[in-house]
Amino acid sequence: MRKLANRFYMGLVFLFLYIPIFVLIANSFNASKSRTVWTGFTFDWYRKLFHNETILKSLLNTLIIALIASVLATLLGTLAAIGIYNMKKFTRNLVINITYLPIINPEIVTGVSLMLLFVALKIELGYVTLILAHVTFCVPYVILNVLPKLRQMDNNLYEAALDLGCTPPMAFRKVVIPEIMPGIMTGFLMSITYSIDDFVISYFTHGATSQTLPITIFSMTRRKVSPEVNALSALLFVAILVIMIIMNVSEMRKLPSDQRRRAAKAEKKGGRA
Amino acid sequence: MDKNKIIELKGISKAFNGEQVLKSVDLDIHDKEFVTFLGPSGCGKTTTLRIIGGFVTPDSGEVLFNGKKVNHVPPYKRPVNTVFQKYALFPHLNVYENVAFGLRLKKMKETEIAAKVAEMLDLVNLRGYEKRSVTLLSGGQQQRVAIARALCNEPKVLLLDEPLGALDLQLRKEMQIELKKIQQRLEITFIYVTHDQEEALTMSDTVVVMNGGEIQQIGTPQDIYNEPINAFVAKFIGESNILPGIMHEDYKVEFAGDNFVCVDKGFRPLEPVDVVIRPEDITICPPSDTVINGLVESVIFKGVHYEIMVRAYSDLWKIHSTKAPEVGSVVGIDFTPEDIHIMRKMENSEDYAALDHLNGEEAGTID
Repeated sequence: MRKLANRFYMGLVFLFLYIPIFVLIANSFNASKSRTVWTGFTFDWYRKLFHNETILKSLLNTLIIALIASVLATLLGTLAAIGIYNMKKFTRNLVINITYLPIINPEIVTGVSLMLLFVALKIELGYVTLILAHVTFCVPYVILNVLPKLRQMDNNLYEAALDLGCTPPMAFRKVVIPEIMPGIMTGFLMSITYSIDDFVISYFTHGATSQTLPITIFSMTRRKVSPEVNALSALLFVAILVIMIIMNVSEMRKLPSDQRRRAAKAEKKGGRA
Repeated sequence: MDKNKIIELKGISKAFNGEQVLKSVDLDIHDKEFVTFLGPSGCGKTTTLRIIGGFVTPDSGEVLFNGKKVNHVPPYKRPVNTVFQKYALFPHLNVYENVAFGLRLKKMKETEIAAKVAEMLDLVNLRGYEKRSVTLLSGGQQQRVAIARALCNEPKVLLLDEPLGALDLQLRKEMQIELKKIQQRLEITFIYVTHDQEEALTMSDTVVVMNGGEIQQIGTPQDIYNEPINAFVAKFIGESNILPGIMHEDYKVEFAGDNFVCVDKGFRPLEPVDVVIRPEDITICPPSDTVINGLVESVIFKGVHYEIMVRAYSDLWKIHSTKAPEVGSVVGIDFTPEDIHIMRKMENSEDYAALDHLNGEEAGTID
């Protein structure tokens, strides 16, 4: 009985969480423009969506910016993580806390301050400022994903590579990078999702021709919510969902080997006793 | 210059964060020698090994390989390879690729690599494991891969940093014998770091006993065991009775309240010394047959022998014997002049502190 109540409660929570999204997805297939009456199933809105120049342009913008910003953020973040890892304890803690700042800072503050900075530096708002802004908020996620991998790594691995004939850059490429690769990949995928997702910061840092998808959607809904927006939002939701699934599946795949490693360790301990 | 010397350390000192880890260490290592650095943790043995490997640069002194100074030569240019304490295998590579790692860097042909890897895996009895993931191997197997990987580059010197520390006793003993065989077969120099005195005595041609950043004694296992140079070495290598004494003249020493004939000479008249007698060198006899009599305080069965503690005046004697006297009985303690080892007093108070520490550990194991 109690179990049933628990399940019912959990069901309610999920219902409230996801009903808006399902309503939106359902409406994107609704033949009627009304959001309350169902008049039949249609792909019209999707068809219209893919003939809408503004939307397609901003989708392209979003993807290009997400890709460039994520690649840059991953490079910067990985190098930063390695630097932070090799710092002395005090400076390390200090720098880690500073890297947290962009994450806890309200987005609107980050957005406004970046805009003010770009204006002060006389950089024209556009692709460059958007990419710079996206790199800024993506870097911390990369650092926070790469650092734990560095901590897990056996320090002797790097030395072993040197010992076997690697120069320091080679040792880094052949041993350190493969070891922390899962962290780098997670950081990269997170950067992409956050970049595609971002509205507030992009809103303050985009130029006239560099609108991203969330900004276009926002400006479309300001006039009236067109069913095309439903279709677009549904597509965005599915795209983000797919990336999340990829991330989780790749995590899951790595899990068994970790578990096996742990099992081997436990066995060793048992043998010693 | 002696042609036989492959590595020379001259006056090597090293401090970490203001703490002196090595104090002017001098050491020659010869070709095809199995050298062991033996000492308690923190004695500087691993740092010495890392200096030879090129992972640590000494603050002062010279490191010579074949007579050439290599202080600032990086690890990847030294003709040495290392077996690390925690194996340090590359988890993203399988057994084959781990062993082939050094060969790939040399841009060898694939067929040559395959032949060399097969040879190395044969050497460490891991044939057939090529495709296995190193993370799925047992500790002993990982150790073998690490050895094969290090030997693949055909180093002139192999450095081993407590390589068997994580293995269970049985496996450790097997690996000791195997390592010694590998060393003899390949005819290269092994430098081995351990805190296990039995391991050091079993495997080595030369044992270097270290403590507090200084070399205490260098010698063959027999030398180190039979003629320890000071109380620290005597205590660290095997069990000992160490008694304060006075050297009256050559071949005549006073300790435990009596004068004894011994085989040592060359001390100052009336020089205070440490007298070492190994527990297994002492015979228990009827009290009337000898000058030292004592009360049996405890008898513990140790398997091969009994460990008998006998109190004679203020001295507590540890004796190993296959026959057990009764607790509370009075027995005689007998030994020959050859069993008496006379050692100069250690100058350094730190060494005595380390000695106390060892005594403490031993007391702990008796409980």
